[in-house]
Amino acid sequence: MLKITDLRARLDAEDDAAIEILKGVNLDIPAGEVHAIMGPNGCGKSTLSYVAAGHDGYEVTGGSIAFEGEDITEAEPEERAAKGLFLSFQYPVEIPGVPTLTFLKEAANAQRKARGEGPISAPEFMKLARENAAKLGISNDMLKRPVNVGFSGGEKKRMEIFQAMMLAPKLLILDETDSGLDIDALRIVADGVNAMRAPDRSMLVITHYQRLLQYLKPDVVHVMSAGRIVESGGPELAEQLEAEGYDKYATEAA
Amino acid sequence: MPAVKETIEDVKQLESDKYKYGFTTEIEQEFAPKGLNEDTVRFISAKKNEPEWMLEWRLDAFRRWQQMEEPNWAKVGYPPIDYQDAYYYAAPKNAAKYKSLDEVPKELLETYEKLGIPLREAEVLLGVEGAAETAAAARETPKVAVDAVFDSVSVATTFKKELEKAGVIFMSISEALQEHPELIRKYLGSVVPVSDNFFATLNAAVFSDGSFVYVPKGVRCPMELSTYFRMNAQGTGQFERTLIIADEGAYVSYLEGCTAPMRDENQLHAAVVELVAMDDAEIKYSTVQNWWPGDADGKGGVYNFVTKRADCRGRNSKVSWTQVETGSAITWKYPSCILRGDGSQGEFYSIAVSNGRQQADTGTKMIHLGKNTRSRIIAKGIAAGRSDQTYRGLVSIHAKADGARNFTQCDSLLIGDQCGAHTVPYIEAKNPRATLEHEATTSKLSDDQLFYARQRGLDEEAAVALLVNGFCRDVLQELPMEFAVEAQKLLAVSLEGSVG
Ligand SMILES: Nc1ncnc2c1ncn2[C@@H]1O[C@H](COP(=O)(O)OP(=O)(O)O)[C@@H](O)[C@H]1O
Ligand SMILES: [Mg+2]
Repeated sequence: MLKITDLRARLDAEDDAAIEILKGVNLDIPAGEVHAIMGPNGCGKSTLSYVAAGHDGYEVTGGSIAFEGEDITEAEPEERAAKGLFLSFQYPVEIPGVPTLTFLKEAANAQRKARGEGPISAPEFMKLARENAAKLGISNDMLKRPVNVGFSGGEKKRMEIFQAMMLAPKLLILDETDSGLDIDALRIVADGVNAMRAPDRSMLVITHYQRLLQYLKPDVVHVMSAGRIVESGGPELAEQLEAEGYDKYATEAA
Repeated sequence: MPAVKETIEDVKQLESDKYKYGFTTEIEQEFAPKGLNEDTVRFISAKKNEPEWMLEWRLDAFRRWQQMEEPNWAKVGYPPIDYQDAYYYAAPKNAAKYKSLDEVPKELLETYEKLGIPLREAEVLLGVEGAAETAAAARETPKVAVDAVFDSVSVATTFKKELEKAGVIFMSISEALQEHPELIRKYLGSVVPVSDNFFATLNAAVFSDGSFVYVPKGVRCPMELSTYFRMNAQGTGQFERTLIIADEGAYVSYLEGCTAPMRDENQLHAAVVELVAMDDAEIKYSTVQNWWPGDADGKGGVYNFVTKRADCRGRNSKVSWTQVETGSAITWKYPSCILRGDGSQGEFYSIAVSNGRQQADTGTKMIHLGKNTRSRIIAKGIAAGRSDQTYRGLVSIHAKADGARNFTQCDSLLIGDQCGAHTVPYIEAKNPRATLEHEATTSKLSDDQLFYARQRGLDEEAAVALLVNGFCRDVLQELPMEFAVEAQKLLAVSLEGSVG
């Protein structure tokens, strides 16, 4: 599904002095698998998710990103979205004056148009919205409010998962979706994400904590440090990291 | 490259062909002789077969205008206008009335078509007289009466019978001068005095035509009244005159919308709109304005110097101005409310978009004279390209206006870093028991928001349109439904040049 090869990226600065944040990332997520990335603050996890999604604030200086066998390293963010890449933001953005459902319907139809499909009908869309909102305990009132405006950190994360459910992507990147959630909210969100698991859908779960992974049971856990994937293993790696911390990798990277 | 940087690059290349409504209809014109003198005024008045007092009124205005100086205090710059180098009257030949469809010049119908005037209204135009009512009855959509102004003379007035049934008078000012001279004499110039300002005085002298509405006591106008203004004759100054009176307890919603053909000469437009609201009456006046802004260098666009004023004469009367301004090379416009009646209310909701080299100096004046008068101002400015816009607001609370209240909110959104937005609020409070609130924000179109929207699948243009619509939401929702939809499209079209 997603194959990242020796990816290098830096901030897209005017001068060439900008330092590299991603220093040769390799990652291969087959269809249907859930991979987790863990790593200390500032190691480049969010940068990886932004670059995968096509953020033009970063410049790719080497390597490639392939999605379902197709090179998307240079693709526009909306092209990647239409292909089925969804990023749940670590810090979801507020869009004043635009109701969440209006936003999602426009987004869904833009994606469908790009894929050569017809627009979704309003009743069909509303039915889907009600079903998904119910799964996540999102009230009608929340759906009518402008995108992320005035929501608590936890509510925003829940809305990100709601958006993912509505757009039904092939690859779901979750960037610290668990941070800011209390135990109950974490379980609701994890159940929601688990319900999305499917043989043709992959996930990349970025997190600091093992908590979320206990619910999601990833197939592979990667450790990221200083802009590289430094170790990969099974779920037990997450437990080991939780117990031992990242010190070992920090010294290795230095 | 960050999106906003790209946007800036693209704005630099803004081209005139973005203007979709730039075309000129080939139609025979009947011109007044070029230039402006007393004879021009007499010519216009004679053409319209006006009563003697009207001619005197015009001549008086003309003499005063000759003594006046063109104002230069607004934050706009433009080459001096040669008032002698323009025509002051142009009418489609044999205009006035069409008995059947065959009589309507084909070019005229095509013009309306190109403007994308909704099928409903086009049908009405096609329908001519009796057919209009049939068509109206057959449709379920809300009815809109159209008094189509083609250049200077109304060529189609419809829904007339239904309005007559309700007692509503809706016709061109020239017709009203023939049929209801007493109403015109009573109200014309009673809100905007003849010598109010340079442009209004010029308008009084040479105004060609416009709309007249009178809604009698206790009548709720059964439909929204709409006028499409079109400027068509090359080098023809446009001087529309609109007069709307809502008598006690009456209600009327009036929609004004305009686009103009492309041309290479600057065009002066100096309209005057007067609204009078008596006790418990309400007038809603909505404008979507999209005149040609000129090419990428601002050459050839329309100069829009307009005087719009409402007199809330009666107790608890209410006037709302809602406007979406995207056009013109230069806009100079301050729809105002004189809150004379106790408990009267004035509202001003505005969206101004400037792009390319447009200059806009707009705002409102709320003059609180009566007790417990209230006013509300929501102004949204969007500046892109190398445009420059100024919001200029005056809230004046007079000594007797006990309990007066005003709320003002001005928000500016900048796209790129070569445009400017300025807010100039003036407050004069001569009554200590007045409450005034003012909020102002200026923000830049955010890269984070753009990326977020694009990550969800919207392309850059759609993302900008969405963000801008969100920014303007408070005002858009004040517009009548169908107008709001048009306005949203217009916002997107106006900013098309500002993104990839
Ligand atoms: N827009 C930016 N401006 C400045 N520094 C940045 C920016 N984005 C990322 N960085 C830097 O790049 C490194 C990686 O950041 P990030 O990807 O957010 O890490 P993580 O998500 O793993 O905590 C950090 O040192 C961070 O400070
Ligand atoms: Mg991060």
